[in-house]
Amino acid sequence: MSKERIQISPDLFDIMPAEYQDLVRRATYGKEDRGWKDIGMAKELIEEHSLCAGCPESMAFRYILASLPNPEDTVMVGSTGCTSLVFPHVAVHNIHSLFGNQNAVASGLKRALSLRFPGKIKDVVVLAGDGATVDIGLDMTLQAWFRQEKFTTICFDNELYANTGGQESGMMRKGFVAKMAPAGKMFEKVRLPEIARESGCHYVVNCTVSKPNLVEKVIKNAVYVAREIGPTYVQLYTPCILEIGKNSMEGLQEMRDAERPTERFAYKEYISDQAKELLAEIAAKEKEKKAAAKKQLAGKEA
Amino acid sequence: MKTTRYEVLPGPEHFLPPAAASMGIRLPDPGQAHIHGRIVPEEEAMEAAARQFLSAKVPTIFPGPLVLWAWNEKAAQKAKAVRELYETIKECVTPAQRPMLIPMPDYRPKYPKINPEIEINPNHPNLTIWHNKIDTCMFVGVHCHQANLSLKIIRGGTNCYTIAMCAQAGHEDAMLSFRDATAEKILRLAEWVKKLKGSVKPPEE
Repeated sequence: MSKERIQISPDLFDIMPAEYQDLVRRATYGKEDRGWKDIGMAKELIEEHSLCAGCPESMAFRYILASLPNPEDTVMVGSTGCTSLVFPHVAVHNIHSLFGNQNAVASGLKRALSLRFPGKIKDVVVLAGDGATVDIGLDMTLQAWFRQEKFTTICFDNELYANTGGQESGMMRKGFVAKMAPAGKMFEKVRLPEIARESGCHYVVNCTVSKPNLVEKVIKNAVYVAREIGPTYVQLYTPCILEIGKNSMEGLQEMRDAERPTERFAYKEYISDQAKELLAEIAAKEKEKKAAAKKQLAGKEA
Repeated sequence: MKTTRYEVLPGPEHFLPPAAASMGIRLPDPGQAHIHGRIVPEEEAMEAAARQFLSAKVPTIFPGPLVLWAWNEKAAQKAKAVRELYETIKECVTPAQRPMLIPMPDYRPKYPKINPEIEINPNHPNLTIWHNKIDTCMFVGVHCHQANLSLKIIRGGTNCYTIAMCAQAGHEDAMLSFRDATAEKILRLAEWVKKLKGSVKPPEE
């Protein structure tokens, strides 16, 4: 699908709601340097969302959508959870899978796209909550990694089942008492980033979404590595402010607290040697491009 | 045994109106159309649809994604024809009548709600119809499964007269349905509206 194909019929352009007009006139599709700074100016990055006020997941969603390097040729696979409420608002192809099946669906999809569009870049990105990734869908998650499927898995980790009222999840930290887990979690938080590394993921990051530029870099790296080498995994802390008893404006601070060096979301990164090479190559090209642009600008000014 | 033939008439029929197909309404063959479930020659339906537009207080066209988006040359031509039909209706009705052209850009459920003044959503079309007091509408360029859903909701909850300008085999759930819609067919309907201008009693204010 090319972005050029999505055009409004000229004779009916004026009756289309403004959001659709903006989508075709001002969207960031095709823009090489798209990123989180486009948020607020580009409609496809979600103008409205159906999450709770102040939900860090809505920030994460925006940053991720803004960071996809190739949105017009990206298919996102979601699963049951708060994220599934947002996908109807997103102008990126997406598939809602049965709870926990997201990585199995993405595997088939990625393979089908490679066969159907050989030589064309088609990215697949899984975006699911911790329940779908670690508890209900752990088998599908791990098997996709074992098979070295070339797509990115992003987990929105809010450390519990948020939209069903706060049940215990594998990602919940030990001792945490939730509304539907009154005895408190008796086991340690599942260490999925480490499991991902051991399962063959080439790029693994564990962080919060408090810093948009960091999220952008991580998502872009994860997509590039998945495209060329193999599976990648990004675990993002998106606390459910309702379930942990915080107010709307406290989500950001909660993430900042959770990313301190001794805390469970301190920035953690694993990059395989192959992925390191690729990322260095991309960085070098990027540097070259910037230098050329600077030179050109200097030439113009002179 | 005495049986009563089911007719697809303006509602409000009730909360869950039966699918017209389940009540014995059949789709027209090529060259035909249906009015209230009765199969008629296409020209007869053209005249009836034109009369309906001219006698309505708020005659409205709801173009769907298949014409709103220029997927190909044919879609763009149909969009042009839809605009032409709308302009014709505007020219041919009295100042008291209020023709509208309201898009159905896509089918996703929209939260928190749609703006009924500027768009229609197939999942709750009655909101747009109620808000604008639409008493006659025509669907064009709406995928069949969504059109069927919407037409049934409209028949269930409103008194709006529905016309389907379908590019496939037509719609049982519309009160009047064409099939095999093309840009030429839409323009032919516009011609009928022009032809009947002044000969149809406008709605009472």
